[in-house]
Amino acid sequence: MRYPKDGRFGEFGGKYIPETLVPAIEELEEYYLKFKNDKNFKKELDYYLREYAGRPTPLYFAKNLTQKIGGAKIYLKREDLLHGGAHKINNTLGQALLAKKMKKKRIIAETGAGQHGVATAMACAALGLKTEVYMGYKDTIRQKLNVFRMNLLGCKVYPVKSGSQTLKDAINEAIRDWITNVKTTYYLLGSAVGPHPYPVMVRDFQSIIGKEIKQQMKKIPDTVIACVGGGSNAIGTFYPLMDTDTEMIGVEAAGKGLKSGHHSATLSAGSKGVLHGMMTYLLQDKEGQIKETHSISAGLDYPGVGPEHSYLKDEKRVKYRSATDAEVIDAFLMLARTEGILPALESAHAIAEAIKVAKKMKKSESIVVTLSGRGDKDVEVVQDYLEKNVKNR
Amino acid sequence: MSRIDKKFEELSLKNEKALIAYIMTGYPNEKATLASVKGLIKGGVDIIELGFPFSDPLADGPIIQNASTVSLAGGTKIDGFFKLVKKIRKETDIPLILMTYTNILYHKGYPKFISEAKKAGIDGFILPDMSIEESSNYVNAAKTKKEDVIFMISPNTSKKRIQKIAKASSGFLYLVAIYGTTGMKTEIKNYTVKAIRDVKKLVNGKIPVGVGFGISSPQDVKKYVKIGVDAVIVGSAFLRLIEKTPTNKLEQKISSFAKSLKRQTKVS
Repeated sequence: MRYPKDGRFGEFGGKYIPETLVPAIEELEEYYLKFKNDKNFKKELDYYLREYAGRPTPLYFAKNLTQKIGGAKIYLKREDLLHGGAHKINNTLGQALLAKKMKKKRIIAETGAGQHGVATAMACAALGLKTEVYMGYKDTIRQKLNVFRMNLLGCKVYPVKSGSQTLKDAINEAIRDWITNVKTTYYLLGSAVGPHPYPVMVRDFQSIIGKEIKQQMKKIPDTVIACVGGGSNAIGTFYPLMDTDTEMIGVEAAGKGLKSGHHSATLSAGSKGVLHGMMTYLLQDKEGQIKETHSISAGLDYPGVGPEHSYLKDEKRVKYRSATDAEVIDAFLMLARTEGILPALESAHAIAEAIKVAKKMKKSESIVVTLSGRGDKDVEVVQDYLEKNVKNR
Repeated sequence: MSRIDKKFEELSLKNEKALIAYIMTGYPNEKATLASVKGLIKGGVDIIELGFPFSDPLADGPIIQNASTVSLAGGTKIDGFFKLVKKIRKETDIPLILMTYTNILYHKGYPKFISEAKKAGIDGFILPDMSIEESSNYVNAAKTKKEDVIFMISPNTSKKRIQKIAKASSGFLYLVAIYGTTGMKTEIKNYTVKAIRDVKKLVNGKIPVGVGFGISSPQDVKKYVKIGVDAVIVGSAFLRLIEKTPTNKLEQKISSFAKSLKRQTKVS
């Protein structure tokens, strides 16, 4: 699956798009193929990743957490320390540079938790591009700090009031905008989802995470863990390690529990279908209507998943598990108290899984968890949760 | 020959172009849909596109989005839709096209869905998010059942692609008039006029060319007919009318609006 020419990962992926977008997608693929191995482009991107975004990120040995759990050594890939506070900047810098090469003046993006929106606004401000972001109305409320940040960065945010008012609806609205302004506008998609070539391109830009892990670990880790919504930080973590025998675990949002129906665990509980330009696993009802999802973390609140993850699930190369809201809050608090790190609620899903598996592993073994973002944006949500669920914490 | 082919042949003998009307099934309820269909037929519409709602209609503007939401909230289901089509089919021989999104057909399985749709009385399909590259299973399933597959093209579609798409299409070729979603009111753009002329030349009479998106008035219809399209598709304008009309007046209102549009399809 280095570069799937027809855009397919096995039976997944493809491009199911309105005809108006076909020339835009073809142009995007043409430019991406032209620049992905271009020396100057790579140099420029590398410059921004280092000097602007703060790469490479540390691989931190979480000694206290490891001791507390008493199993495998847990390392954290600190994507939360990047400029903007999440891995999203790896992709937005890459795509914004590409948009400049394509001479596009206007950038649009969707955002769930707001991290991709913020990272887009930052990259575009730095590169002199105008940005407009679509965000589900529900998400603008639960992640309002990020709305302010985007505004401060000179980016317009449109609250989307259709459907479930979350990430999927923001993507619908961004696609509608793109159809309408297809000639002038670049759609800067934030996850490894959508029509080909987005899933491949986003994966490639995010692969810097896994490449650095490979360099930073003395030996290849026994297990790597990352959270999966659309799945961009996970695919960026896994892809460079694909040829090794590392165990890989993607963690989805089990929300209030897989049986409750209120979750976003697409790979754990979904079925095949077509949405947002791709064939992939989806959460849908028996009529093929997309279901409303739930997760305490806005960034994982999505009924689809990147097509390469669907492929990796069916190939059994990656294990996909899930963590409930309650487990995530516990993991959030444990990391905060043992290591002094507030993880994003998205990333706390990966921590929750690490806590579960580390116990069962030997002390000589190692786990790398991709800490995809920091949790400042989530403190209100966490506080609210704790107030509503007073337990002995 | 399919019902759609027959209709175009019939019209060409009368020197008329086709008026195609789109409505959303179950908007705001099934009774209204039946009344609307009656009105459309009475008003002289040549072909009816029945929309089936999808939760994420990404090629549609606010009017059809809202109609989809209302229809789904009202409990519109595939089996009920097929029953409704059967009911309509008993009363009329008018060509009926199902317009929805790929996942609705894919989820049931293309052959099964298409076979059931055919049995109910559907003559063809329009899926705005089905690109030609991904269409082989869908097209094969439709061809096996002798159902029409109507693909969309856009003013920015290359000539080479238009030819490829025209070859895979039957019934008619659907030219999306504008860069945008359904229901955007706009004047007729120069690029649309050029696209119509180019497409007509390219397909060279092998398949009729219909134009839709943003067409809402008799004046629009008249202009497009003059430019030389074979069919004019009006959708959101009917939904706007349905939205503001009580069900007991719907048949009459729809019929008179349809008549005002149909009058403009005669080639002078």
